[in-house]
Amino acid sequence: MGDFSDLLESHGVTRREFLKYCSALGAALALPLSMTAKIAEAIESDTRPPVIWLEFQDCAGDSESLLRANRPTVGDLVLDHISLDYHETIMAAAGHQAEASQQATVEKYKGKYICIVEGSIPTEAGGVYCTIGGRTAVDILKQVGGNAALIIAVGNCAAYGGLPAAHPNPTGAKGVSEILPGKTIINLPGCPMNVDNLTATVVHYLTFGAAPACDRHLRPLFAYGKRIHDNCERRAHFDAGQYVENWGDYGHRQGWCLYKMGCKGPETFHNCPTLRWNEGLSWPVMAGHGCVGCSEPLFFDAMMPMYRRLPNVPGFGVEASAVKIGTAIVGASAAIFAAHGAVTTARNWKKIGKAKAEAREEISHLNSDSDSEES
Amino acid sequence: MAQKIVVDPITRIEGHLRIEAQIENGKIVDAWSSSTMFRGVERILQNRDPRDAWYYTQRFCGVCTTVHSIASIRAVENALGIKIPFNAEMIRNIIMGIQNVQDHVIHFYHLHALDWVDVVSALNADPAKTAALQQSISDWKFSSADYFAGIQKRVAAFVGTGKLGPFTNGYWGHPAMKLPPEANLMAVAHYLEALQLQKEIIKIHAILGSKNPHPQTFLVGGMAIPIDPNSQNALNADKIAQIKGYIAMAKEFVEQVYIPDILAVAPFYLDWAGIGCGHKNYLSYGEFPDDNRGYPEGFWLPAGVIVNGDLSKVMPVDHKKVTEYVTHSWYEYSGGDGVGKHPWEGETNWKYTGPQPPYEFLDTDNKYSWVKSPRYDDKPMEVGPLSRMLVAYASGHKEVKQTVDFVLSQLGAGPAVLFSTLGRTAARAVETLITINKMGQWLDKLVANIKTGDYSIHNGKLWEPETWPAQANGYGFHEAPRGALGHWIVIENKNIKNYQAVVPTTWNAGPRDPSGTRGQYEEALIGTPIADPERPLEILRTMHSFDPCLACAVHLYDEKGALRSKAKIL
Repeated sequence: MGDFSDLLESHGVTRREFLKYCSALGAALALPLSMTAKIAEAIESDTRPPVIWLEFQDCAGDSESLLRANRPTVGDLVLDHISLDYHETIMAAAGHQAEASQQATVEKYKGKYICIVEGSIPTEAGGVYCTIGGRTAVDILKQVGGNAALIIAVGNCAAYGGLPAAHPNPTGAKGVSEILPGKTIINLPGCPMNVDNLTATVVHYLTFGAAPACDRHLRPLFAYGKRIHDNCERRAHFDAGQYVENWGDYGHRQGWCLYKMGCKGPETFHNCPTLRWNEGLSWPVMAGHGCVGCSEPLFFDAMMPMYRRLPNVPGFGVEASAVKIGTAIVGASAAIFAAHGAVTTARNWKKIGKAKAEAREEISHLNSDSDSEES
Repeated sequence: MAQKIVVDPITRIEGHLRIEAQIENGKIVDAWSSSTMFRGVERILQNRDPRDAWYYTQRFCGVCTTVHSIASIRAVENALGIKIPFNAEMIRNIIMGIQNVQDHVIHFYHLHALDWVDVVSALNADPAKTAALQQSISDWKFSSADYFAGIQKRVAAFVGTGKLGPFTNGYWGHPAMKLPPEANLMAVAHYLEALQLQKEIIKIHAILGSKNPHPQTFLVGGMAIPIDPNSQNALNADKIAQIKGYIAMAKEFVEQVYIPDILAVAPFYLDWAGIGCGHKNYLSYGEFPDDNRGYPEGFWLPAGVIVNGDLSKVMPVDHKKVTEYVTHSWYEYSGGDGVGKHPWEGETNWKYTGPQPPYEFLDTDNKYSWVKSPRYDDKPMEVGPLSRMLVAYASGHKEVKQTVDFVLSQLGAGPAVLFSTLGRTAARAVETLITINKMGQWLDKLVANIKTGDYSIHNGKLWEPETWPAQANGYGFHEAPRGALGHWIVIENKNIKNYQAVVPTTWNAGPRDPSGTRGQYEEALIGTPIADPERPLEILRTMHSFDPCLACAVHLYDEKGALRSKAKIL
């Protein structure tokens, strides 16, 4: 304990700041204030597991998100100190020594470390579409992920395949859970993931010794348990029937609802409206652009086109509840997109429409599940 | 004795990078650059809504997280002939400007500095002497002996716990490290300060773009961030003041830390002004629309091409002279692989013919990379801050000329030293300085325009696809942190028929062309001295001078594929 206090101090962090950080984390996890001491204890514990961070078909957006951590002094400390045995983009000049360190961690802490994965995993053609040091991503993930206690897939690509898995999925890109079925996996989708959700997940795991409760798509309920639409600061305008009609019009300047500009908030589960980004500064709807649904499975095919209005969202009035809206969408989506596929003449566009309909059916299924859990 | 080494991966944002190099008598005599990751985004884009393309292409890169959005919306606007409002132009400039500044700061302090700075040596520094050094180079506020003693204690704590964090496994004690301990300690302090700074100054993206990484207010035809001084839901005086604050914060750091550091460190490494030059062909598309004269006349940084290091001649850019070859890339062209294709006719037919993994070496006589080989007028080009600064310098650009001449006079050298590894690093610093100084002007212009009552941020005349012609071709240029970026689009029946991006990394990292001419990385490595093949710090210096994203990770294998070197552990 003393050592940890010294370490905090050496990083310019007072005990008071540290406890404040822990209670903020508790808030992110929706825990009572009395949990602060327990979180602090977990962070200070010397038995914290090591972390290996793998990157495959990624853009490093999630790694960059990590650099924007809210309280970087402490955030970096937590991530650094607990764990970070391997992170290609963070460990400067780590080189082959990092590879050796990765393998040492896998062997020494077999079944005890946390593996964080960024980017999708290509499976076509024997996995040749992503190799590192001559090894395929599949090979590396099976070995490193396969021996982990817990895997956290950060970003939509690692969770569900993301951009590379969009039609026609040229490389057979898949999310981690498809490569390692049966492993304990937590998905933190988003494009990129919000780093505060990662920190909260890790601390939850350390505090309670178990993964947080997740929905059917392995997303923690504390971060993905509610629709954007239900927590949206512009919801009152939706209910009042006040919509942005054109970019830059009066309604746009006054912060009215972006539903007609294609906002996917009514079908998206994520805590953007409450957590926000870059230290709580903003999030897409707040800045004037609709939600694109980036935390949903297969969101590129399911949610695009970006500016197309979601079909038949009812409830232009205060009496309509979110559950009713969600239920209505279930029936409407597949039919609308099937119809779209029939009238369009472009052959490939039809294929995208088909992929979209399938993806949307899957999501609707999930959403209806969540509804029943809530009620 | 000849020896072939492999460095894989050199982690970069646009995929995984691998270098194979032939070493003879302590020098690199040949090199091959390969990218080992492929996603096929250009194919994924086909048949989608052109207005959505920016969101897909933005995901090419999560580090320079705005640049492919900008190039994409410009390509669509070019195809459809859309002119965006002045406000949107200035907002884009501010977003692009701070992206370049933040990216360059991260690059220098967190990616490149550890190639020159020996962190462990900082433990031997005298904090009082470090304070004297700091005070002699600028008025930076963090300059006391106590402050540096505190930093030293933190470094000692890293070492003491056995967990070195970001400093793990550097090339400490390498013979090519030249800085005295005091300079090393000062640099370590700045490393930590820059880590804090980068997440602050990029908040401009959150204010104007909703978040970072991957800001989300780009629109074909303008921006989605509304302007209204009398609304709390739009860009107003409060938010403008916040932006001003972050610009001032960045400016202070660049002027008092980044530039003085470059000037203080460079004299110890002047030999690197003679290493890593490459083909000496430089391409810049020009950037930052500054007045209403349009492209390229109204752009702040000029467009141009310099061939063979001849600064007396800057040729205009013609996008039709851009072609891509796949002779040594894992793709096939319908008309055969010996011909280069303009991006509008470009094809992305992937076909892997390399060795089956796990492998030791690539078949570098044939195809060996996922990167194509772009050529301008059939010549390889270098792109990046050095190209931008050289084109501007040779074009007589006032701010660039003044700043470059100042830096050269401080170093006591002529412009020829710029064709080098050190030149790339210095040019990036010069660009950061002139860009952050320019950003205040764009904000002022934006404010002045809002004052006239003009709140427009979007030109919606051609927003609806029904208003589009049946067929349209367009291209969008952008000068990204890492260099000249071009997106080419073919729109047919309201959907994307073809989409090709020729990105900075493609220009610099591409493999050989049909004539056997090397790509930029490959050529720049020729002649690089390697003191210790097991610890090829020198390869990293030149590769990093081109700006790989985030930290680099290097694996070394010998001919038998065994792990080769043992880096010194503290």
